[in-house]
Amino acid sequence: MGLTITEKILASHAGTDKVKPGQIINVKVDLVLANDITAPGAIKEFQKIGIKKVFNSEKIVIVPDHFTPNKDIASAIQSKILRDFAWEQNLKYYYEVGRMGIEHVLLPEEGLVLPGDLVIGADSHTCTYGALGAFSTGVGSTDLAAAMATGEIWLKVPSSLLFIYKGKLAPWVTGKDIILYTIGKIGVDGANYKAMEFTGPAMSEISMDSRFTICNMAIEAGAKNGIIQFDQVTKGFVEPRAKRIFSLYQSDKDAEYEEVFEINLSQIEPQVALPHLPSNVRGISELPEIPIDQVVIGSCTNGRLEDLRIAALILKENKVHPKVRLIIIPATQGVYLQSLKEGLIETFIKAGAAVSTPTCGPCLGGHMGILGPGEKAVATTNRNFIGRMGHKTSEVYLAGSAIAAASAITGKISSPEEIIKSSDLPTQRITSS
Amino acid sequence: MLVEGKAWKLGKNINTDVIISARYLNTFDLTELGKHCLEDLNEEFIKKVKPGDIIVAEENFGCGSSREHAALAIKGAGISCVIAKSFARIFFRNAINVGLPILESSEAVDYISNGDKIKIDLSNGKIINLTNKKSFQAQPFPDFIKEIINQGGLIKCLKNKFKAQEGEKCIE
Repeated sequence: MGLTITEKILASHAGTDKVKPGQIINVKVDLVLANDITAPGAIKEFQKIGIKKVFNSEKIVIVPDHFTPNKDIASAIQSKILRDFAWEQNLKYYYEVGRMGIEHVLLPEEGLVLPGDLVIGADSHTCTYGALGAFSTGVGSTDLAAAMATGEIWLKVPSSLLFIYKGKLAPWVTGKDIILYTIGKIGVDGANYKAMEFTGPAMSEISMDSRFTICNMAIEAGAKNGIIQFDQVTKGFVEPRAKRIFSLYQSDKDAEYEEVFEINLSQIEPQVALPHLPSNVRGISELPEIPIDQVVIGSCTNGRLEDLRIAALILKENKVHPKVRLIIIPATQGVYLQSLKEGLIETFIKAGAAVSTPTCGPCLGGHMGILGPGEKAVATTNRNFIGRMGHKTSEVYLAGSAIAAASAITGKISSPEEIIKSSDLPTQRITSS
Repeated sequence: MLVEGKAWKLGKNINTDVIISARYLNTFDLTELGKHCLEDLNEEFIKKVKPGDIIVAEENFGCGSSREHAALAIKGAGISCVIAKSFARIFFRNAINVGLPILESSEAVDYISNGDKIKIDLSNGKIINLTNKKSFQAQPFPDFIKEIINQGGLIKCLKNKFKAQEGEKCIE
């Protein structure tokens, strides 16, 4: 019996030829990641181990991105812990405010994660890097401390679920709609402890930015990792960024999957996940009229160039509804700068949006757009749990940037078709370059 | 080790955001986190929870973020054990790592009601519902995880390992 791509990457990092689901293995990690929420705990635990230096100062990345720029004194104290640690340990990859970005957009952009890598991060959305054909998964602070000390971690080999995407994408449909639809099918624990492998003939039409979004939300189905095999699209993204050699892995034809799902994307319209679970998904046409107070476009899920280009296309020469706050957060300084060059930021500001420096901010109810009692938001983020973006009676509706931008204009959850007819659009899809 | 307390029955998909809201993630202080445990889900919980009480939940307990604060907040609230039909994977690791006892048993969850008196032997995973006199056996942990628990957690495990290797280049 052959192996899946996930099993092959795990086996190679465990120094063996073959692993099987359920087996507990010790693996070497290529990169270890933490942020301002999780690093302070990891550093505290690291200091208890009784060694002075991390295993490799070039393989540990720290990005203060959640409550930064420091939102209050307590957060400033937490951030100082990682800042001091980064300097003391002489970490090569510490990204300070002004040079940073949301970790899961920043690391691929910087070429720090490459195909075939094994990455662990103290952030649940570390699974994003599967889009590059890497194995990556989230852990807590203590596991991270252990990995910072040893360069290794124990993992249980996950069984794999295979998702085969077919058909031509309908207008406005991007990675967010594909993954929301998929989570809606299998549920928030539909892939608990498992690998989600995404493949199929439609893949060639799915942009790199959309692929990051798809793998990013694998955790919302409980998955250990999401993964997409390296192809021409990956190659176009990775080659200009890679500064070291990398390994390509492919699933064997006779690899074993616990379950196979075939999904025809031509049948899918833009999707919305209603409160309070990412699996509570409906097509946009199925929704009643839902007035909103706020729209957030950003996050590790949808703060990339493709998302901002789509938002700008819809917002151009339009105005944000008088009763709506539209907050747009480019995910990295690189995305921000490119958006400036393309005139997207000007479009946003002219439309009446607030544009911010990169931060996770409102996604987890940290800062930069907290919801009050009973307020409703459309967000391109990843979770809509009770109280996620603010008060426990507030509501978050998850969607892609097309629905988010259209809703900001109309003041209610809306299809982008209400603003621009897709039949008037150029035939070429908007994608990341 | 024996623990005993009242059951707090919760539903499925109890996520880390409701266990401890992100607005409290600017600290790792156990007591402080404990004061806000589950407050967005049930305001009464933190007012009425007693040391030793037990959380009993349906499937996928602890889904969502990787915040170790969630396991710490439950510990800080005085909870002695969480019994669930299943746990989300990052929460499972975090609970083991911070020393929060967790047990998997669908049967126990089905036969425990809110407020029942529960007694648990953590050394063998035996759960007794003192209210309805039923007893249950939780799923055993894999040997590998038992070893981490027996050594007092992952960090203590590593500390022992590094001590044993003293003189190697990782030690300065």
